[in-house]
Amino acid sequence: MTADYVLSESDIARTLKRIAHEIIEGTPDSSQLVLLGIPTRGAILAKRLAQHVADITGTTPPVGSLDVTMYRDDLSESAMRVPQPSKAPEGGIDDRVVVLVDDVLFSGRTVRAAFDALIDLGRPRAVRLAVLVDRGHREFPIRADYVGKNLPSALHERVSVYLDEVDHEEGVRVER
Amino acid sequence: MADVLIRGASLLGDATGDLGIRDGVFIPAEDIDAGAASTRLVDASGLVALPGLVDLHTHLRQPGMDHAETVLSGSQAAAAGGFTAVFAMANTQPVADSVGIIDLVHRLGREAGYVDVRPIGAVTKGLAGEELAGIAGMANGQAKVRVFSDDGHCVSDSLVMRRALEYVSTFGGVIAQHSQDPKLTEGAQINEGALSSRLGLAGWPAVAEEAIIARDILLAEYTGARLHICHLSTRGSVEIVRNAKARGAKVTAEVTPHHLLLTEDLTAGYDPLFKVNPPLRSDDDVHAVRQGVADGTIDIVATDHAPHPSESKDCAFDEAAFGMLGLETALSVVQHTLVDTGFIGWPDVENSLQHSGSNRTARRLQRAPRGGLSRTPHIVGPIRSAPRRNALHRVLEQPLSWQGTSWPRTSHLLCRGGHRD
Amino acid sequence: MKHLLGCEGMSADEAISLLDTAAEFSALAGRKVPKLPTLRGVSVANLFFEDSTRTRLSFESAAKKLSADVITFTGQGSSLSKGESLKDTAQTIEAMGTHIIVVRHSSSGAAWRLAHSGWLRSSVINAGDGTHEHPTQALLDAFTLRARLHGDSALGKDLSGVSVVIVGDIAHSRVARSNVHLLTTLGAHVTLVAPKTLTPSEVDQWPVDYTASFDKALATYPQAVMMLRVQNERMKGSHFPSPREYISHYGLSTQRFRRLPKSTLVMHPGPMNRGVEISSVAADSEQSTILEQVTNGVWVRMAALYAVHGQEGSVNG
Repeated sequence: MTADYVLSESDIARTLKRIAHEIIEGTPDSSQLVLLGIPTRGAILAKRLAQHVADITGTTPPVGSLDVTMYRDDLSESAMRVPQPSKAPEGGIDDRVVVLVDDVLFSGRTVRAAFDALIDLGRPRAVRLAVLVDRGHREFPIRADYVGKNLPSALHERVSVYLDEVDHEEGVRVER
Repeated sequence: MADVLIRGASLLGDATGDLGIRDGVFIPAEDIDAGAASTRLVDASGLVALPGLVDLHTHLRQPGMDHAETVLSGSQAAAAGGFTAVFAMANTQPVADSVGIIDLVHRLGREAGYVDVRPIGAVTKGLAGEELAGIAGMANGQAKVRVFSDDGHCVSDSLVMRRALEYVSTFGGVIAQHSQDPKLTEGAQINEGALSSRLGLAGWPAVAEEAIIARDILLAEYTGARLHICHLSTRGSVEIVRNAKARGAKVTAEVTPHHLLLTEDLTAGYDPLFKVNPPLRSDDDVHAVRQGVADGTIDIVATDHAPHPSESKDCAFDEAAFGMLGLETALSVVQHTLVDTGFIGWPDVENSLQHSGSNRTARRLQRAPRGGLSRTPHIVGPIRSAPRRNALHRVLEQPLSWQGTSWPRTSHLLCRGGHRD
Repeated sequence: MKHLLGCEGMSADEAISLLDTAAEFSALAGRKVPKLPTLRGVSVANLFFEDSTRTRLSFESAAKKLSADVITFTGQGSSLSKGESLKDTAQTIEAMGTHIIVVRHSSSGAAWRLAHSGWLRSSVINAGDGTHEHPTQALLDAFTLRARLHGDSALGKDLSGVSVVIVGDIAHSRVARSNVHLLTTLGAHVTLVAPKTLTPSEVDQWPVDYTASFDKALATYPQAVMMLRVQNERMKGSHFPSPREYISHYGLSTQRFRRLPKSTLVMHPGPMNRGVEISSVAADSEQSTILEQVTNGVWVRMAALYAVHGQEGSVNG
């Protein structure tokens, strides 16, 4: 749409390709790879990453989505949140290298909840984290293995990721 | 005792005048020295003066249920409401079905000293509806009972009702019937209709009241006896009584203040404060009973004051006891529902709150002791009083329900005056 | 929502949220650890004044799957039979530290009273009050219908245009009342079938069709037929001449069942009286959803517990 994207459509595409390369490099046996996205946008990004991995290696890794609503630590503070669908990846996650995918890494609480959800799903061999944007202000000792862009931000700002599949526009914006 | 001079009261809602009281007796106002320091002056401008009220239907609960009410506390409540005489129903423990219990209640009333307590005798032994109680004994005792009622229960057996009517007709007695066909109302909680059906509460159909009334009127006509119908609550009942009176039947009827004011919607929240027997009915029924009072089909307003300990109302709906308090608020309700709406005027209040109404009834029924019932003036006005909480209060205190109307409350000057005959 | 007292007044959106949440919970069935930590530290008390093993176990199971702590009180042989009141029992249990109270009681309005009389701070879920409502039953019935009719694409859907016939002692059935409210809210078309003596008064004011003829209702080819259990005493005396006559007019016999299209669902809240309101052939057929209803009951009750938690704390009044 406009000029105030900090990441444009083409930036996003390039970044995802780069992350896909990094994932493959970091996973010697790519047949062990499983991508698990956190809905809504993490799940979309996971699908795209899987496609990029397929473009490079010729095989599409299994993709799933992992809703973490039920594992959040702030549930009693607000109105009931209806959980998003979770879809386990084909073949499960036991003994796999699971790459968790989300759009923005902020306080780290969502990822913490995702760890709990993951452990209830099975026992992966390893867990990695891939995010499109890391905006800092961590409240938990969590860091991403693969980062699209580091975006230092003020607490009061909103970092929003727009993806065509759900938002009908593409880009990352910082709203003050 | 000092003289009392009441000035500027609207007597029976009509012309203003003054009232004088000396030594507990009414005397012409001009005989009182208004200037004397010892004279108590009461400025009654803007207030209505009424004679003391009489309640033909009260539950004083003593003997046996003192935790709910006693003759003393009930008398105090009555006095607070402006009543000077109450008729006490027989469903005590033990039941007032013999002259011994009757005379006990009568004595307790005299000892309390607030109002005239007139005990009502049971129609059947133990209120079981099978054998007649010691009616003649009660009629001949100190209290000279003339009104008999199994209230709380219906005398549903037609043969027993016939015999009871025949029996009392010989000495000018009256059978006051609690009209409720027990077979049609087993386990009933609230008025039968769309609301009961939605709430899942067993219904109390109007026909269970009307069918008994119709039968009893026919029996009364057949036996030539006098019938009184307690707490009428439906349009159908009013119509049956109206037709009966038109053909000259000797039937009288009463309605409670709560049936003049409240409707079944109040039970939608399952609050047992609104659980009463007969149940609160529809809007249409409330209009019909108000019209019934206005045109004389319903002779009197009687409170059916039915106190219960709080745990009997602080529970699930169908576990709760039936009944509402009424003595302290009756006059306010009558003013609000009948006078302010134009159905009746203040002189009719005197009749309907059973002063001359039931005095007439009472006088027809018995020789009043000491030559006359006390006609004590009773000042009504928009003033404070703090009677006990009851269902009517719950409603009255909700400004939304009443769109901010200021609620008439009574204050009274208890001038116990004798009537010099 | 702070309480779940009934389906009356529930909006379509609220209902669909509950059903969608239940659907997500149902995915637990296939998992290694079929449990969620969502209600960890939350204390749920089952107050079952009226006996019901199945519903109670279903709620216990639901609470445990959400990692809540559960305590259970049943009416039998308890202080209740010694005359302790609803209010005192509930306050005593709450004093042991509960956040959510699930109550089943034989008095209509009991759950309402617990929620609104100022006696308690906990959230209240109605597990059946007298003849008034049984909201989680209606929710699991709707969930089952939705799942059978829409399969994997059931999320977010309501029941528009679905025709349901409910048969039995409607007058005394809280399951019927809750289902009428919920099904009509979700857009379904409901027909009630019962003899006049077991029909609620003024049923013509309900947003449903009514007929005393079961066969007439079946001739409209409804998508689902829900049979209610009929108590013995209602099939006799002044309600109905005899069980045999009741069964012949209102039972889902094998013959009636065979006349139904294969797509018609046969539902029953349980427990069944085989051979009375429902024949074994009908109950054990592919079209029968009876066991699924039980399974779905756990997911739906999990959704109910999840929906009301976190709202406790302020005094009800």
